[in-house]
Amino acid sequence: MMSIPAMTDMALQAAPATKARGYWATVGRRIRRDKVSMVCAFILALIFLSALLAPWLHLADPYQGSMIRRLRHIGTPNYPLGTDELGRDMLARLIYGGRLSLVIGILPVILSFVIGTTLGLIAGYVGGRINTAIMRTVDVFYAFPSVLLAIAISGALGAGIVNSIVSLTIVFVPQIARVAESVTTGVRNMDFVEAARASGAGAFTIMRVHMLGNVLGPIFVYATGLISVSMILAAGLSFLGLGTKPPEPEWGLMLNTLRTAIYVNPWVAALPGAMIFAVSICFNLLSDGMRSAMDIRS
Amino acid sequence: MSQTDATTDMLEPIEDRGGAAQPLLQVNSLTKHFPVRGGLFAKSKTVRAVDDVSFTIAKSETVGIVGESGCGKSTTARLLMHLMKRDAGDIIYDGIQVGRALSLRELRRGMQMVFQDSYASLNPRLTVEESIAFGPKVHGMADAAARSLARELLGKVGLRPETFANRYPHEISGGQRQRVNIARALALSPRLVILDEAVSALDKSVEAQVLNLLVDLKREFGLTYLFISHDLNVVRYISDRVLVMYLGEVVELGPVDQVWDAPAHPYTRALLAAMPSSDPDHRTETPPISGDPPNPIDPPPGCRFHTRCPFAEPLCAQATPKLTDLGRMGHQAACYMAIPGSGHSLAPPKGGQSI
Repeated sequence: MMSIPAMTDMALQAAPATKARGYWATVGRRIRRDKVSMVCAFILALIFLSALLAPWLHLADPYQGSMIRRLRHIGTPNYPLGTDELGRDMLARLIYGGRLSLVIGILPVILSFVIGTTLGLIAGYVGGRINTAIMRTVDVFYAFPSVLLAIAISGALGAGIVNSIVSLTIVFVPQIARVAESVTTGVRNMDFVEAARASGAGAFTIMRVHMLGNVLGPIFVYATGLISVSMILAAGLSFLGLGTKPPEPEWGLMLNTLRTAIYVNPWVAALPGAMIFAVSICFNLLSDGMRSAMDIRS
Repeated sequence: MSQTDATTDMLEPIEDRGGAAQPLLQVNSLTKHFPVRGGLFAKSKTVRAVDDVSFTIAKSETVGIVGESGCGKSTTARLLMHLMKRDAGDIIYDGIQVGRALSLRELRRGMQMVFQDSYASLNPRLTVEESIAFGPKVHGMADAAARSLARELLGKVGLRPETFANRYPHEISGGQRQRVNIARALALSPRLVILDEAVSALDKSVEAQVLNLLVDLKREFGLTYLFISHDLNVVRYISDRVLVMYLGEVVELGPVDQVWDAPAHPYTRALLAAMPSSDPDHRTETPPISGDPPNPIDPPPGCRFHTRCPFAEPLCAQATPKLTDLGRMGHQAACYMAIPGSGHSLAPPKGGQSI
């Protein structure tokens, strides 16, 4: 009489050989099945590509204003998305604006992802005094509201795009480090890390082989969600004159300069906001999709 | 490499230095106390998880450790594996003091451990093959060689390499995962394998299969086991000698048949009596032991078992009885009733031989 587990064992023994499939290949296959994620990825790709290829798209000059054609409505001949308060073509400015806005939105997140993950991983894995030293320092920065901190750092460093990227990076590092630290602490206490230590591996090898793969997912998802925050904070800095300077096209700055036109031509005034909204929500939904695609157990 | 040549190169095991008479592992006065933080002004206390534990494991024998939850079985295992710093005591591997003549890295190869939770002890992001090959690679084996070793070991633990090598831990069953964990432990060619409740989480039928596998592997690789379990039947089946622990102390040790047939410590007797009986004529009518074990933060003075012991006398609360030889095949117990002339009313007279 064969027990049921023994029979399933036998069935598996007879199963055909499996091919090695990498973890990320599996995640990729799963996310390609997710319609919402794919639509978001498509919209983001469209915005990225148009920003990248802007000079070759035969657009109007985004800096060329005209006092007689100010605040034209959406759909005006030659101005498909209307004109802004100085008569500049909105379509051209939105596409060119993507170049700066996307850099300001994404670069600080990438930088703080690298720095914050490193800090959090070390703090979480080593623990003890090093953890206390790193995490309490991070907490000092975390105690300030992020807008206030970004303004303070930008103000101290002076206006400019590079400085606003630096200040946004400093704002995000503590947030990512905290997530990284808590995820690392959870993984660190699992038996497979003990088993790796028992096999004589050093701390660096364990972090590289056993920790990194298991902590990157949640941190990555959290960081993707920060991209929208980064874009909105950058817009705020531009508004205060600490980020991009006019007449440079940038969505945050455009939103702020157009706010006076909100009663005259609300649809045009809302366009830069709509772009920020679209990019933010696409990144959020995509990171949501990534989260469920990476949870391979389900 | 030819197909007919089935044996892949394994890591060279640490050489036998002391010969057969030299115990593989000697543990002397192993102690671990965990500080328990009280409030801001409260006095800090300590949990005596493992207190002055000494034992030896001879080459190619199986030693079992039994005891209730929280008696320090798993802490002992982790201390032996040096996954945790000990507060006091010596661990001597094949006659060599660990840390002096034998580096920790070398010891890792000589001693491996299988954990209870088969799922948590495998990295979910690595395939079965990668998990097994990790250890040999750490010790300098080339990637290809480590992978072929992993596949061979999969075969040894009864899993078809073609089917299982590229699977992830969540894709296989608990019994199969525990087989993978055993293969991972064997990948470093250890001479001692610590099995910390290695079969406790498995179904009964799977448990029996894995136990038989362990017995076979022991013969094939000439292994020595330290088998930790709360399941007395399993311990009796697999062990040559057994250690009974209570609240961080060894209360009785000896050959498994001796201990089962003539348990000398009342705690051992209670444990054995608590085993469910399958014979309706021998029902367990009264609970052999009552109450919970005392808080290990504040263990009772004297014999730690006296608070639950039906034979306790004032003497038992005063001083801790030492492990004493009962005169037969290394059977020892730490109970005044077993120590001749101890002053306990049930103790044998001084100079007497039997209990």
